[in-house]
Order: sequence, then structure tokens, then C-alpha cells
Amino acid sequence: MSLLQSTQFRSDPAASATRRAFLRAWPDFQNPAAWIVALILVIMPLIASGFFLIEIFATTLILGVIALSLMFLAGYGGMVSLMQLTIAGFAGYMVAVFGVSGNANISLGWPWWLATPMALALATLFGTLGGALAVRTEGIYTIMITLAIGAAFYYFTNQNWAIFNGHTGINTVATPHFWGVDWRADIAFYYVTLGVAAICYFAVQYVSRAPFGLALQGVRDNSRRMAALGFNPNAHRIAAYAFAAFIAGLGGVLQVWNYRQISPGSVSVGACIDILIIAVVGGITRPIGPFIGAFIFVLLRTFALDVLIKFGLDGNRFRLLIGLGFLAIVFWSSDGVIGLWERWRQRNKSTATRRSGGHHG
Amino acid sequence: MLKGSMGLIALGSLLLSGTAFAQEKIKVGVTATLEGTYTVLGEDGMRGFQTALNVLGKKVGDKELEFVVASTDATPDSAVRAVRKLIEQDKVQILLSPLSGDEGIAVKNFAKTKPELTFVNAASGAQETTYVDPAPNFFRYNMDGAQWQVGLGKYAYETKGYRKIATVGEDYSFIYTQVFGLVLEFCGAGGQVTNRQWVPLGTKDFASVIAALPDDVDAIYLGLGGADAVNFLNQYQQAGGKAHLMGGSIMIDQTILSSKGSAKNALIGTIAASGQADTWEDPGWQKFVKAYQDSFPENKRFPSPSLLATNYYDSTMALILALRQVNGDLSNNQAKLKEALAKIEIDAPNGKIKLDSNRQAIGTNFVTEVVDDGKGALFSKVVKVIPNVNQTLGYDPAVFAKIGLPSRTVPECKKY
Repeated sequence: MSLLQSTQFRSDPAASATRRAFLRAWPDFQNPAAWIVALILVIMPLIASGFFLIEIFATTLILGVIALSLMFLAGYGGMVSLMQLTIAGFAGYMVAVFGVSGNANISLGWPWWLATPMALALATLFGTLGGALAVRTEGIYTIMITLAIGAAFYYFTNQNWAIFNGHTGINTVATPHFWGVDWRADIAFYYVTLGVAAICYFAVQYVSRAPFGLALQGVRDNSRRMAALGFNPNAHRIAAYAFAAFIAGLGGVLQVWNYRQISPGSVSVGACIDILIIAVVGGITRPIGPFIGAFIFVLLRTFALDVLIKFGLDGNRFRLLIGLGFLAIVFWSSDGVIGLWERWRQRNKSTATRRSGGHHG
Repeated sequence: MLKGSMGLIALGSLLLSGTAFAQEKIKVGVTATLEGTYTVLGEDGMRGFQTALNVLGKKVGDKELEFVVASTDATPDSAVRAVRKLIEQDKVQILLSPLSGDEGIAVKNFAKTKPELTFVNAASGAQETTYVDPAPNFFRYNMDGAQWQVGLGKYAYETKGYRKIATVGEDYSFIYTQVFGLVLEFCGAGGQVTNRQWVPLGTKDFASVIAALPDDVDAIYLGLGGADAVNFLNQYQQAGGKAHLMGGSIMIDQTILSSKGSAKNALIGTIAASGQADTWEDPGWQKFVKAYQDSFPENKRFPSPSLLATNYYDSTMALILALRQVNGDLSNNQAKLKEALAKIEIDAPNGKIKLDSNRQAIGTNFVTEVVDDGKGALFSKVVKVIPNVNQTLGYDPAVFAKIGLPSRTVPECKKY
């Protein structure tokens, strides 16, 4: 397909060439900063206590995974979908409905290893169907139709008592216990989220460079030319929705395990917009963006109230602080924190080259 | 990058150090709905809480109570998030939470995962919270929505002569519980409930609801609260509605009766029932009203405390008195405190309160009628006082269990 792809897959007897190809496919492994971040994330339970481990870092990873699915669609497919949180919430609801919960008259009581794949399959189906609807439109109309799906689902859960238990939602959702480990205990759960987030991150990274991802980016940039080349743009877009729905579904399953409860507030329109904010603030050009965005979002959401009170201001205005924070980031960088970072690095690099002259080679 | 990672490590060590100092104080977490539809209710709840601290003080033996407040928006997930933040970040040992019905069900379920801590319900009133699978460490000193309607059905049927009514209520557990109490008594007396409409919490446009109100009824029962209630009344007046009204406990309440504008005037003469009546002559109640009024400047409070202020006051009072009984002893997973809470009988402003075996309040209920005090302020005037209302509403527990749990259609309109 492209030069990049062909180097990657050519079987080369020389080990160094394979290594080069590997590094080109996974640039993260070359970057010392990535290794440091990974190391910190792995030893996090030694650094952070229960609250920071779960409420800040695990929550960041979960929201990051859901926003990652939006980043994949928006960044590589050019489709801004506001229903990613809805898909996640749907997966969460399905875990509660098929699995074990306090609402015995609704939950079917399947064990987690049956309920979770079922929930993921249904969420993927839901996202694919929603995507099949949405790909008929472009730009702002995609946003509108996916927002409509999100809003409809919110009001449906609010008023449907047979499956979704209305405004009360489903409480005391059971979480997995196996191999003698309670996987919802703080440290175990942190590693589960970290593992899932890492898999999703690398999966998106991989797919973006695989033939499918490259074709998807081609469709994003010029779908007519891709169609002329024999690709089916809509099929690629729907497949992208399916892939993103699976990732969002994973995030939703983690979210319901985290809170052990799900109710319409978890899938409200406001929460759908939050995911968009996370992705935009972090930056939708790279898979790491949503995680950075989620980290900033979670910090602001958790501490804005305390900060205001510390400065002697009215704590009730904490939403204002959150809004100002986002405004500031989006104002100074249209491609989010990632963009800021990239520009900063570029400037450093250019000054460094200037200073060191021809040494950089 | 190095700078960045050092920053992260510094942040991490900061977090660690914050958690490990000695406990001189007893930390109590409080939640209230300071966002969303029920903001006004949450704010007045906090005033009731503050009044209790002014009256009772914050000292327990040689320990001092320290309070951390978190905000919710009446959805169960916001309540669980707030409670978790209080427990895990702020390390509170006792919870005074939450305010709203579905929040109560979620927090009660959450309480089971923290059996070592103590949860005192602040104001939520869904029946399920303490009636179905109650948590041993969850105590509720306010009555539930059905208990708060005791007396209203009979008064409407016998004194007012209403025979057929329709209901409009918010579509969630607390209002189901209220309508449950009303329907049981009204239909038991021989009345008919012809139509029950449910609107989502946070509804702003009531046009279709108002258009669908039946004409051939004697009265319309309103189970709305906060911003929803004010919106409904405005639109109902604009639509020229003139039916007799009956009100739920948060509908006929200072949160609505002292709202701005003239829409509230539609409520004059409305009959209602609640855990309190604004103009009750009882000296204990009058003393509480005075304490509430003295605690805040006139423009920062209601003329008289709302039901939420009273509930927060009662819950805080029960907690502080029980803590004093055990001299602030929280050892052995707070066993002594829990025992004291279960046994304590408090002389609350709105009548004596004690707990049943599910740790649910048995208390006094009031049938009221809305009156104008002549200066444009509305108050609920007491019509009838009913002491010792329990959760099964005086029914035999076996009969009560057969009625089913409150929902959109339960109970049926018949005599049980």
C-alpha cells in the first residue's frame, strides 16, 4: 500500500532491518519518555494510595479508553461520534442485566465470563448499527445523529423499567472473583484497567498503521479517490465504528465494575459531551491524547471544588473553573495538549539545532 | 521529561504524606444536591445542617467534629461518586448522606461494601432504601415518602369530599413512594385515582402533561419538587388551569412556597401532607424555626425551614447525640456508635423519632393546607397531627408485603 507498509512486512534476513521495521511500527519503544511513563504507571500502586489509584488513575484510564474510541473515529476516520459514551454505557448496562446484581428481577445472573463477552458483543453490534446510520452523513450531521442516538438512549433508560430499571438504575453489580483474587480490590482493579488501556492503546496504534487503518485515513482525506481506487469507503467507516464500539464497550465494562452501579446519569448527554471534551483537550491526532485529556479532566473534576474553597471563593462555582480550564487549553492550542507539547518540542529542537550547528546529523 | 517525571514523583509522595497523620478529630462527610433540579433543596438542607451545629455544637467529649461537604445532582451515580470521594480521599469515618430518593438506594447498597463505616441518611425518602434488604450500617431518621402522605387520602376524601383524582409526579423512586402512600389511603377510603402521569426528573416543558390532565376529576395531585415544581406551576397558570390541587411533601414546602413570581399562588388552599407543618404551635418546633432564622440573614434563607432543612437537622442531631452517648468511641468498627444510633430516641422539632428494626424512622406526620399570611408569604398550616407513623403505615407487615413495592402502577387503586 505505502512505502511504510512494504518495509514493515518485507521478510528481511538481517536482524537489524527487522528491528528497524519493528521500531518504525512501534515508535513508543524507542522513546525514553514512554518507558518512564510506562514504568510509573506499573509501579503506581507503590506511589499512590487507594483514592488516587482508583478515583484518579483508574478513572483516567477508563475515561481515556472511551475517549480513545472517539479519537480513533475522529482522528483516523474524520467522524466525530458523540455516542461513544452511550456505547460504553450500553455495555455497562448489559453487564448488569446479564450478570449478577442487586436487582434480581432484572439481572439474569450469568457468571462474569459469560456476561462480559455478551455485553461486549452487544455493544459492538449497537455501535456498528449506530455507525451504519451515521456514515450516511458527514461532518456536523454525523455529530447530530450520534448525539441524537445518545440522547434517545438516555431518555429510554430513564423511562424503561423492564430492562434498565428507570431513574434508579441497577445497583450492586457483581464484579469478577477468580483465582482467589477479588478483581475489584483497588490494586488488582488498577492493573486490570491498566492492562485493558494498554491493549486498547496499542491496538489503535497498530490498526492505524495496518492496511485497514491506512485505507481509513485515505477515506478520511479523500473518499472519492479511494472509491475510485476500488475501496468501499462506507464499509471502511462502518468497520471503524465497529472497532471503536468494541473499545468503548471495554471502557464501559470497566466503568460498571468500578462503580458497581449504573443509572441513566452515567449515560446522560452531559457525560457524552464530557468524552468529546476529553478527546479535544487531549488532542485527537494521536492515541495518547485522550489519556492526557482524561487525566486533566479527572483532576479538574475532582479538585476544582477544593481549590476554589482554598482561595476563599464560593465552592458552588466549581464548574466555572472547569470550563475556564478547557477554554484556556482549546484557545491556545486547537489540537489539544498534544499540540502544545509538539510545538514546545519543535521549538526546543530548532533552538538546539541552531546552537549545536552541524553536529545533528 | 525528567522534570515532568520528577514532578509526578513529588506529587505521589505528597499524596502519601497527606493520609498518615494522627486522628484527633472525627471526620464526617456530608452530601447535598448542590447541582441540578434539586439545588434549592440541597442548599436548604445544608442550612438545616448548619443550624444543628449552631444549636448543638461540634464537640463530642474531647474530640471535635470536622465536616467535609460534597455535591451531587440527585442522580444515583453522582451520589456514589461523592460518597466514594469522601471516604477515600477525605478519609471520613461517618457519612451524613444523601438527600434524594434514588441516591438513597444507591448509597445504601454502597454502604454494604463499607460495613466498618456508619451511614446516617440525610433526607432521602424512597421506601426501598430501608424496606428491601436494608444495610446494617445505614440509619434513617426521617420517614419515607409513603409515611409522609399518611392522613392526606382520608382528609381529601372525608373532609374535602374529593372522589376522583389524577396524579402527576416525577418518574423516580421517592415520588413513587409518595403516590404509594396517597393511593393506599385514598382508594382505601373509597376514592378513585383515574390517571397517573410520570415525567422525567428535570422536565422543563410540561405543555403535553398539562394538556393530558383529565377534566372530570375533583383534584390533581402534584408530586414534583424543586425547579420542576416551579416550572409546572408557571405553565399550569399560563394554561389557565383552575383545578383543586393536592401536593406531595416537597411540593408543598418552603422550597416552592417562597419561590419568586406569582405562580406559587396557584397553591393557596392546596392540601398536602408532610413530616412537618410550617405553622405548628409546638414549642420545640417554634424554637427550631427561631434557631434557623437566627442562623442566617433574611435574604439568605427561607422564611421558615423547608422539609429538607428539618431532615438534615434531625439527622445531624441524632448523629451528634449518639456520638456523645458513646463519648466519640469509634473503636471496633464503630460498634458502640451503631448500637447507640439504633437505640436512640430523639426529641426532634417535628415530633419524637425512634427507629424500627430496619433502622427506619417511626415519627409524626402532618396534614396541612397552604395559607397566605396576608403579606404575600405562603405557609403550610397544620390541619391534623398523626403521631407514631411506621413504615408499614399501620398495616400488618404480611398484608403490606403483598401490596408490592412502589412503582408507576403499584399499588392498585383498591382496598387492601
